Amino acid sequence: MTEFWSEAAKVLLFMVSCVLTNNFIFSRFLGCCPFLGVSNRVETAFGMGMAVTFVMALASLFTYIVYTWVLVPLNLSYLSTISFILIIASLVQVVEMFLKKSAPALYGALGIYLPLITTNCAVLGVCILNIGGPTTVAGMTIEYNLIYSVLNGVFGALGFLLAIVLMAGVRERLETADIPAPLRGFPSSLIIAGLMSIAFMGFKGLV
Amino acid sequence: MEKKSSLRSVFLNGIIAENPTFRLVLGTCPTMAVTTSAINGVGMGLAATFVLIGSNVVISLLRNFIPDKVRIPSFIVVICTFVTIVQMLMQAFVAELYASLGMFIPLIVVNCIILARAEAFASKNGVGRSAVDGMGMGLGFTLAITVMGAIRELIGNGTVFGLSVFGAAYQPMLLLILPAGGFIVYGLLLALINVVTARAKKKKEVEAND
Repeated sequence: MTEFWSEAAKVLLFMVSCVLTNNFIFSRFLGCCPFLGVSNRVETAFGMGMAVTFVMALASLFTYIVYTWVLVPLNLSYLSTISFILIIASLVQVVEMFLKKSAPALYGALGIYLPLITTNCAVLGVCILNIGGPTTVAGMTIEYNLIYSVLNGVFGALGFLLAIVLMAGVRERLETADIPAPLRGFPSSLIIAGLMSIAFMGFKGLV
Repeated sequence: MEKKSSLRSVFLNGIIAENPTFRLVLGTCPTMAVTTSAINGVGMGLAATFVLIGSNVVISLLRNFIPDKVRIPSFIVVICTFVTIVQMLMQAFVAELYASLGMFIPLIVVNCIILARAEAFASKNGVGRSAVDGMGMGLGFTLAITVMGAIRELIGNGTVFGLSVFGAAYQPMLLLILPAGGFIVYGLLLALINVVTARAKKKKEVEAND
């Protein structure tokens, strides 16, 4: 029984660390392009975050399976990057078709950003992290197995969702503000992101 | 049809007028992630330059054979091939640098600069011009992230390319090496470039009016 609880605590800590301390945007620099590009409105930012969450969860599941049970036994691990990107591209295509049929409103709102998830480096990044060897959370070593890989995908993406929605909230407020001309657009967004990253550093003591 | 620009202007386009990092703001993730030191910037930049030249050349050669509908997946496969080559070469010859750049080498695949040049330039231009464009864009990227790496390393660690600049008494401002510093330095550099270009534009207008 105690073993179960210690494992459960480990999983919980891992989830918290994925969202807050090892946030994909603020500490790993993965997925910065959509973070800066699609954070004008809270609604679209939320939709983008959800779509990325879905793709990242599926991508980390499939790439882990393909890597562990196909590429490694066949000694083809040097093909990992190319096979991962193909898996991700086809997943995005599937998600696109699925949304078009079942949720046309969301499909319309996401528009061009949906196919661009393929080139979101957070998605490929999480797949590469999952095969890259163990990580340490709160002094405990975590070996990425199938479960931790999927958790890494889901909670890493939720961290991305949190970051992009927070950013969109700030930018909506700043829209009418009188910002000096050279700082308008990207420079001010980047400086805001830097300040948010400093704030997120405060979570370091948490895990 | 507009007159084709000279090779020289194609080359300089990537370094100055359309610098991928400072003017187009593409490929932001590696720009901020690996620039904790100047040498990382050089390594990352050269790796991306190699991929950019290679993929531009191959895509330009294949531009009449790739059907329009599947062009993006085909481009990605070509880019991915070159990234795998770079990965293997770096593992073999500069293992230390490869380790410090970490996962950002395989992530060159999803660097928007490379796909953007394939789509906007290599799929419409000849082999020679595409190679020159790749070289210009790649060197522009290298230059930009090396400058950024040097600034962050100088203030955050007191060194440039590992050489001490301020001496032992300097108290490094650690924040600049941390992720937050990446965002802030990049933001301030972009603002600085906006100021410089606005000034230059104004000066040109004044001269034209005179």
